[in-house]
Amino acid sequence: MNTTVIAPAARQAGEAIPKSSFDFKPVLLLAAVMLLSVPAVLGAGGSASSWLTLTVAGIAMGLIIFVIASGLTLIFGLMDVLNFGHGVFIALGAFMATSVMGYGAGAGWHGFVSVFAAMLVAMLVAGAVGWAFERVIVRPVYGLHLKQILITMGGMIVGEEIIKVIWGPLQIALPLPDELRGAWLVGEAAIEKYRVLAAAIGLVVFAALVFTLNRTKIGLLIRAGVQDRSMVEALGYRIRRLFVGVFVAGSALAGLGGVLWGLYQQSVTPQIGAQVNVLIFIVIIIGGLGSTFGCFVGALMVGLMANYTGFVAPKVALFSNIALMVAILLWRPQGLYPVTNR
Amino acid sequence: MNAVLELAGVHTHIGAYHILHGVDLAVPEGQVTVLLGRNGAGKTTTLRTVMGLYAASRGSIAFRGEAIHGQPTPEIAQRGIAYVPETMGIFTDLTVQENMVLAARAARHAGELDRARLDWVFGLFPALRKFWLYPAGKLSGGQKQMLAVARAIIEPRALILIDEPSKGLAPSIIQNLIGALRELKAQQTTILLVEQNFQMARALGDTVAVMDDGRVVHRGAMAELAEDEALQQRLLGLSLGAHQ
Repeated sequence: MNTTVIAPAARQAGEAIPKSSFDFKPVLLLAAVMLLSVPAVLGAGGSASSWLTLTVAGIAMGLIIFVIASGLTLIFGLMDVLNFGHGVFIALGAFMATSVMGYGAGAGWHGFVSVFAAMLVAMLVAGAVGWAFERVIVRPVYGLHLKQILITMGGMIVGEEIIKVIWGPLQIALPLPDELRGAWLVGEAAIEKYRVLAAAIGLVVFAALVFTLNRTKIGLLIRAGVQDRSMVEALGYRIRRLFVGVFVAGSALAGLGGVLWGLYQQSVTPQIGAQVNVLIFIVIIIGGLGSTFGCFVGALMVGLMANYTGFVAPKVALFSNIALMVAILLWRPQGLYPVTNR
Repeated sequence: MNAVLELAGVHTHIGAYHILHGVDLAVPEGQVTVLLGRNGAGKTTTLRTVMGLYAASRGSIAFRGEAIHGQPTPEIAQRGIAYVPETMGIFTDLTVQENMVLAARAARHAGELDRARLDWVFGLFPALRKFWLYPAGKLSGGQKQMLAVARAIIEPRALILIDEPSKGLAPSIIQNLIGALRELKAQQTTILLVEQNFQMARALGDTVAVMDDGRVVHRGAMAELAEDEALQQRLLGLSLGAHQ
């Protein structure tokens, strides 16, 4: 794939080494999916406005998935830990939201206040539980993939049961506050307010992660650790401590994502974690394990595909994500943005 | 002359393999100690054991008089040991600048790098200044090796472990590297150098330790070994003068 353009002037100046060029192909693929869906939606009896509605819904869903999956991809990238228990933090966040928002509704809080309070509490609780989860469940199985899968899945089952003990085994409604209900009309397309809010929060998380990873020393350590952990240690940094921090932050983000997801569905079940788990693993595999930007593009792709196929061919929608993963892995077996040295 | 680093009877197992069989080694302060020996003699394992990347199963390792065996790698590095592994350990996705900021523990970002020291490093390795903002993965093999050494010296360290820096490099690049390491040596930097290239070993070494089968089988002055072909034959199975 090397471009063979030779710039003689640059060469003479000894600058034959190319600067890192951003790989646009996955982003173009994302744009292609959005464009190709236009005729598909129209062909299935939709209109331009239904395409816009689907696209906004897909982007919102994608960004929510990104919020949840971003922590998981870093946890894997940095410490090679396969955390199948990530879903428990999603469920925990969503259930915390039912309690906080239920309390808020009783106390007459403004809708925005109770949503943001729910997010804050969910992040704090999920982060704290994440800290304990890392200590008790993950730490004894560093470097042992099979045991990680088994014990983190076990941890999730236990977590799910504890949630049932606290909140009951049944589905709980998580209605949007009145202020967030309804839609804006753009032409004939209805753009739901909440989806815009969820997408905005997803973008804020993405921006915060990009800033942390690229502009701070902690981010530098994380990026270096994803590539070569033992060299980071040989330079004198305690990567364990860093990893605990990433694990807690990733769990808190999963809690935040749980609130967003629960509000997106407007209901919460104890199985929510297991359901979303499949999606987020597809996303981090598509994106390239350990890559934050890959996770971002992969999440958007999964969100959009789910919405488009749900409209165009509902039966296909059941396996559209798996099909997407297969197609992408045939193209790039390491995912969209492979992390080198792995 | 004080020994900065002292290994006494160090044994190391890697999985089921018993690699080091009681290594005794002292690295005197302000000198370059060269570790010679054929492939598989245990030179790299010795360095990795000092860094705590492999655990010593027996014996003791002391750095500036304090025991460091059994301590975690970051702790050992923080005491003032820099390590340049055989694989160089360059973070290829990061820029040259980011690699250097990581190596300088006191700096939070490039602006906090010690300017004077950085200029000195640039003087030793001018290519790094030129490619400062380029991804390290795009550097040539020789430039990567220079970056690896530069990382080890961007902050003052009491001891630098360097594992086969000449490996896979063209002779002219090796000459550059020897020049830079000579300059380090002139500043009384204590270095433990694993090297198979005898030209490099002779140019830099003050003292030499020869390893075979997981033990140090000879210790002495580099000059002595360089002149004694019979000793070279016996220790290394070849005449080093003829070898190069």
